[in-house]
Amino acid sequence: MPTATQISMVPVVVDNEKCIADKGCRTCIDVCPLDVLWIDEKTGKAHMRYDECWYCMPCEADCPTDAVTVNIPYLLR
Amino acid sequence: MTQLDDITVKDVDVLVIGGGTAGPMAAITAKEKDPSASVMLLEKANVKRSGAISMGMDGLNNAVIPGHATPEQYTKEITIANDGIVLQKGVMEYAERSFDMIQKLDNWGVYFQKDETGEYDVKKVHHLGTYVLPMPEGHNIKKILYRRLRRNRVQVENRYQAIRLMKDESGAVSGCIALGTRDAEVIVIRAKAVVLCTGAAGRIGLPASGYLYGTYENPTNCGDGHSMAYHVGAELSGLECYQINPLLKDYNGPACAYVTGPLGGYTANANGDRFIECDYWSGQMMMEFYNELQSGNGPVFLKLDHLAEETIQEIEDVLHTNERPSRGRFHDGRGNDYRTKMVEMHISEIGFCAGHSASGVWINEKGETTVPGLYGAGDMASIPHSYMLGAFVYGDICGANAVEFAKHRDLPTLDETFILREKQRILAPLKRSDGIPPNQFEYKLRRFVNDYLQPPKITKKMDIGLQRLKDMEQDIEFLYARDPHELLRANEAQHVYDCALMAAHASMYRQESRWGLYHHYVDYPQTNNDDWFCHVQLYKSEDNQMACKKRPIDPYVVELDEEEKTAYQKMRIQQVS
Ligand SMILES: Cc1cc2nc3c(=O)[nH]c(=O)nc-3n(C[C@H](O)[C@H](O)[C@H](O)COP(=O)(O)OP(=O)(O)OC[C@H]3O[C@@H](n4cnc5c(N)ncnc54)[C@H](O)[C@@H]3O)c2cc1C
Ligand code: SF4
Ligand code: SF4
Repeated sequence: MPTATQISMVPVVVDNEKCIADKGCRTCIDVCPLDVLWIDEKTGKAHMRYDECWYCMPCEADCPTDAVTVNIPYLLR
Repeated sequence: MTQLDDITVKDVDVLVIGGGTAGPMAAITAKEKDPSASVMLLEKANVKRSGAISMGMDGLNNAVIPGHATPEQYTKEITIANDGIVLQKGVMEYAERSFDMIQKLDNWGVYFQKDETGEYDVKKVHHLGTYVLPMPEGHNIKKILYRRLRRNRVQVENRYQAIRLMKDESGAVSGCIALGTRDAEVIVIRAKAVVLCTGAAGRIGLPASGYLYGTYENPTNCGDGHSMAYHVGAELSGLECYQINPLLKDYNGPACAYVTGPLGGYTANANGDRFIECDYWSGQMMMEFYNELQSGNGPVFLKLDHLAEETIQEIEDVLHTNERPSRGRFHDGRGNDYRTKMVEMHISEIGFCAGHSASGVWINEKGETTVPGLYGAGDMASIPHSYMLGAFVYGDICGANAVEFAKHRDLPTLDETFILREKQRILAPLKRSDGIPPNQFEYKLRRFVNDYLQPPKITKKMDIGLQRLKDMEQDIEFLYARDPHELLRANEAQHVYDCALMAAHASMYRQESRWGLYHHYVDYPQTNNDDWFCHVQLYKSEDNQMACKKRPIDPYVVELDEEEKTAYQKMRIQQVS
């Protein structure tokens, strides 16, 4: 069965200027209960890879540099 | 550590599965009781921020505090709210230990609201008694638990999804098979006793928004524990008594009776009138909510616009910082202001949860399931309306009893054939090169649940629903995952599937209506105490079929008088109806 790749606007945004993942930080990735934040191979920064978010906010609350913003997923806004 | 084929096997005395609320407490108590025991806490996410209380909690919904309530009163209230179908001994055990647990948490640094004289500041929300204790600083609770886990040297394993429980030839539990959620490694944990603390089954129904993860429950809690218990041969109970909650429309956070109620907020209809006597969540209350939604007076709203500015600020402080802090953002986006307008509410998707309702894996007052060595606590176990404090109390009970059970047992032997077969099954979606993505499978499954299984329940509809679900069984062989994360979702989806089947079977078995909306069965609209004053137990039969049977209600430890029995039936305010 062939599959397609669909795009989806993700609720969590990381400010690449502020993110210090390149210095080894993984805090938001560690704490996310849904495991949807990963390192973006292109930028070396954290990003939301899967649109499966409970908008619960540990990622934003625990980020040491205030780089994370959690928005309400578009379908619920 | 040993190897089995190429599978790593870890040996422990006590394995606790799920590190949310009940789990950490179970692990800590097991270690406190026997510091020489090896205790592992296995968590799908990260214990620092996992489960229902990942961001904290607004308060205790069911604190039994001397001077405000007695264990007998509380047991009565829960018996009545649950239409008599309770294991009273189990509720009583909770109630008697509730105050000690509050003091323990208080000693650990959890802050509960106190009045000017230093006494706990308990509020009335329930229909009859006074049990709600606010925690305005509730956001630090996970940190406090984590510190205790470290101090007691509990072995924590994050990012493993437990998938199947194992048992030995005697029929006692022997550990679990788990999947690394980031590397797709299958491991085996052999244990002398296991405590299941995997939370509610929150992904059975589809939220009205259609967003798979917009559930009331933390979506990591997808019914893994319910499915594991079923497959290992444990009984589940009261699954037809769904969890359905009154929430903000579109934003799946509580509205919330417990926080706003004591400060003067309430649930109102479109005219701004109160229509229910009591906002405490019960099936009867949800029935009135549902009736109002369907009536010309709907929809239903959270009404706060009559309150003073200071009160509204106090409410915003709690509701927008603790449990579900993104709520403020939702309101900003919609232009909602509690001061100027009522906020629309709606009904949640269905789920299994003993924390709020009464559906879960059967346990007795010792936390024992029907499988020797297997214990259960919190939202996934069957003690009704237990909420956060119930999760802590039963976590504590299970931790103590599990470590005691482990003491009298050697390391069990493992069934290698079973393990190797399961490993293949678990990894299969990753081996395929195309097929059905887990999200599509899950979306379709949960849409069928909404279409056919949510109340009002109708036999013909549930028949069709069951048939649709059975048709989907053949799709499982085509589930396709491109990476370990999708493999996690593919395995979760199969557990959601099991839970949906269980919801259908249990609902069709109980041929009466009970618990208001939770089991509103249109073909059998009356409550029938002659035939159905009993628990409904669901289990896997000898020939591997899903089956149900009746279990009589154990003799009450606290009797009710006739007047009290119907207190929760009188939820509708008379002048409005
Ligand atoms: C939004 C919300 C608000 C609430 N508000 C209140 C309140 O104000 N007061 C109150 O008293 N109660 C409240 N409750 C109820 C209370 O939070 C729960 O009853 C309680 O926390 C349940 O604890 P638990 O340990 O059973 O589940 P959880 O704390 O949810 O823990 C379950 C854990 O199991 C893990 N897990 C699941 N599956 C697996 C698996 N296969 N392998 C490994 N780990 C797994 C999960 O990741 C999670 O960490 C609220 C609940 C919610 C959802
Ligand atoms: S926590 Fe903040 S700084 Fe650290 S990786 Fe995440 S976004 Fe970057
Ligand atoms: S809001 Fe919650 S689920 Fe969403 S990315 Fe952050 S931690 Fe993960």
